[in-house]
Amino acid sequence: MNFGEGLTPEAIAFGLFTLLTLGGAFGVVTTRNLVRGAIWLIVSLFGIAGFFVLLSAPFLASVQVLVYIGAIGILFSFAVMLTRGMTNLKERFNSQWWLAALAAVIAFMLLMVGVIIPVFGNTGAPVSDQVQTTVDLGVALVSGNQYVLPFEVASLLLTAAMIGAIVIAREDD
Amino acid sequence: MQCDNIINTLAPCLVQSGWNGDLANFISIFLGVVLVATFPLLVTIGLIWFERKFAARIQDRMGPNRVGPFGLLQPFADVIKLLGKENITPAGADKVIYNIAPPLMVMSVLLIWAVIPLTPIHVGMDLEIGALYFVSVASFGTLAVIFASWSSNNKYALLGAFRVVAQLISYEIPLAFALLVPVLLAGSMSLVDITNAQAGMWFVFMAPLSALLFFVSSQAETGRGPFDLLEAESELVAGFNIEYSGMKFALFFAGEFMHVFTNGVLMAVLFTGGYIGIGGIENSIPLLGLVFLLLKAFVWYLLALLVRNALPRVRIDQLMNFNWKFLVPVSIVNLVMMAFLFKVVQELGLAPAPGLENDFVANIPQTLVLFAGNVVLGLLILSVVRQNFRRERLEESAKSAIVPVGAGD
Amino acid sequence: MEILNQWAFIGIFFVLAPILPAVPIILAGVISPKKPNAIKQSTYECGVETVGDTWVQFKMQYYLYGLIFLIFDVEMVFLFPWALAYKQLDFAAFLAGLLFIFLLSDALVYAWRKKVLEWV
Repeated sequence: MNFGEGLTPEAIAFGLFTLLTLGGAFGVVTTRNLVRGAIWLIVSLFGIAGFFVLLSAPFLASVQVLVYIGAIGILFSFAVMLTRGMTNLKERFNSQWWLAALAAVIAFMLLMVGVIIPVFGNTGAPVSDQVQTTVDLGVALVSGNQYVLPFEVASLLLTAAMIGAIVIAREDD
Repeated sequence: MQCDNIINTLAPCLVQSGWNGDLANFISIFLGVVLVATFPLLVTIGLIWFERKFAARIQDRMGPNRVGPFGLLQPFADVIKLLGKENITPAGADKVIYNIAPPLMVMSVLLIWAVIPLTPIHVGMDLEIGALYFVSVASFGTLAVIFASWSSNNKYALLGAFRVVAQLISYEIPLAFALLVPVLLAGSMSLVDITNAQAGMWFVFMAPLSALLFFVSSQAETGRGPFDLLEAESELVAGFNIEYSGMKFALFFAGEFMHVFTNGVLMAVLFTGGYIGIGGIENSIPLLGLVFLLLKAFVWYLLALLVRNALPRVRIDQLMNFNWKFLVPVSIVNLVMMAFLFKVVQELGLAPAPGLENDFVANIPQTLVLFAGNVVLGLLILSVVRQNFRRERLEESAKSAIVPVGAGD
Repeated sequence: MEILNQWAFIGIFFVLAPILPAVPIILAGVISPKKPNAIKQSTYECGVETVGDTWVQFKMQYYLYGLIFLIFDVEMVFLFPWALAYKQLDFAAFLAGLLFIFLLSDALVYAWRKKVLEWV
């Protein structure tokens, strides 16, 4: 495997993951079957886990699989299966498609201007040289002068989310 | 060039004989993957025979005894039979997803083997986040269940799958909480580091409750008895795999058999020292490490089989209550207690001094404190449970006392 | 290159892991007889004709379990780094972790008291 200049294994892997992510996303918006849509979404999310690996953030990659595929993917399938009669859509587009398209385009533009353009191009050293380990993350999460407050607030937020979900989901009382 | 580790030495060998470096590298990694991935599959064939024989003995039967000596060739005969079975895809099935589900099930178990340290020098990949990795890939198994049931277009399958998925995701919580304890004790998520941290003392002595919690919830994760509601024949016909037959059906079961043994291996790695044998002998003869690992795994596997065959199936409400009202709270309290005691041990200087972590004697004070904590917590839990049941019984008898005899029910 | 070499093993494993079990299925597909008929391919419901759609409405219960699981799963994401670094942290870290777990246990207690955990 003698790759040309620029066509490194990383580039190939990046291309593969891009294909998974974008292909999955394309599948989500084009399929008429909601369960299949959920499955395409899982494919797309898996591609993103691959990106995290390429960014040498294995912890985040693992979290991506654990939370997004393991929990959110399953929750989506549950939600789809709970909505009767919605699994097979007759129309591919509903009447508000242009509104959704406009919103998507604007969001993408904002993302381009705000996030992608400032860091586009060769930014110098590869990430892997100064990687922060997961242990550092753990230390940062609980050390008093770093993220201990967000850490506790996250817990509070999760509690609130769970209580909110229970209140909404329970119809009686 | 020493040939003690073929995976590491193959690539340089190939380069020496004039191969391209990248290609040689790829081939050596590829061969490593094939080795690591086929090993559990081959072990499973033997396990199928063993488990059938074991279950038969418990149920006072002979078990397979026709094909080959002691029926040893039975699994192979079964494979040949299954290969000749017609592929039936139910009408109205989503063909693609229907066919993806069985390999996905096996894959979810197979992937765990990528991070398991087989011997001191042979490990598929020493992943920095190994412990989290195997919890993550296990979620593919849950997905396989959803895929299988949804694509078969059968009410029973869907009904069964909902139950199974509820069971699988519920028991993942105590599993993860129990898993946090070895991570905390070893200070690493890498399975190699966790194994090496047990060179002085196995974690099962420091954290027996966590080991028990992990064992019970992993038993539920495999869908084995007493938690085998996956295939509650009496109520759900067969469960999520009802529309599967032939080889595809067999793959679901191969996945289950493999999962049980893989759980044994995980128990061995996380709690009973993995490849670590007696007196560091595995460091001079690495392959002995694999023997130790498999022996330990086999003991846990036997225990799982015994539990499966000896206990009756629980009801679905009992299953969910047992998890949410017993295992989850207990695992949370257990984690907090272990964290507290571990810090106390450190502050009091009872932890082994730096450099002495692998010494058995240096580990004793720490282990005694942690073990005592576990025993106290265990007794506490038992007394709470007992009080609860006693109160329930009293309420029951109070209720039945009011109702006059013969008033009908 | 460094990252990829390290992860190539997992990458190839992810590709190979579904292929290995797929081999017997494909093999069976090649050599097994193919004689499909309508009865054979009908939905298996113990010989009874299928009534209505497969898509029966499911209980909300399942979704709630899923939600609670999701919350705990996200909690794991925070607790794993905490447990990982625990050895080198001071006693305050234990208190921080304790508070974190305590706050989430609240949610579990709430769900318990609201009888969400009852199987109906």
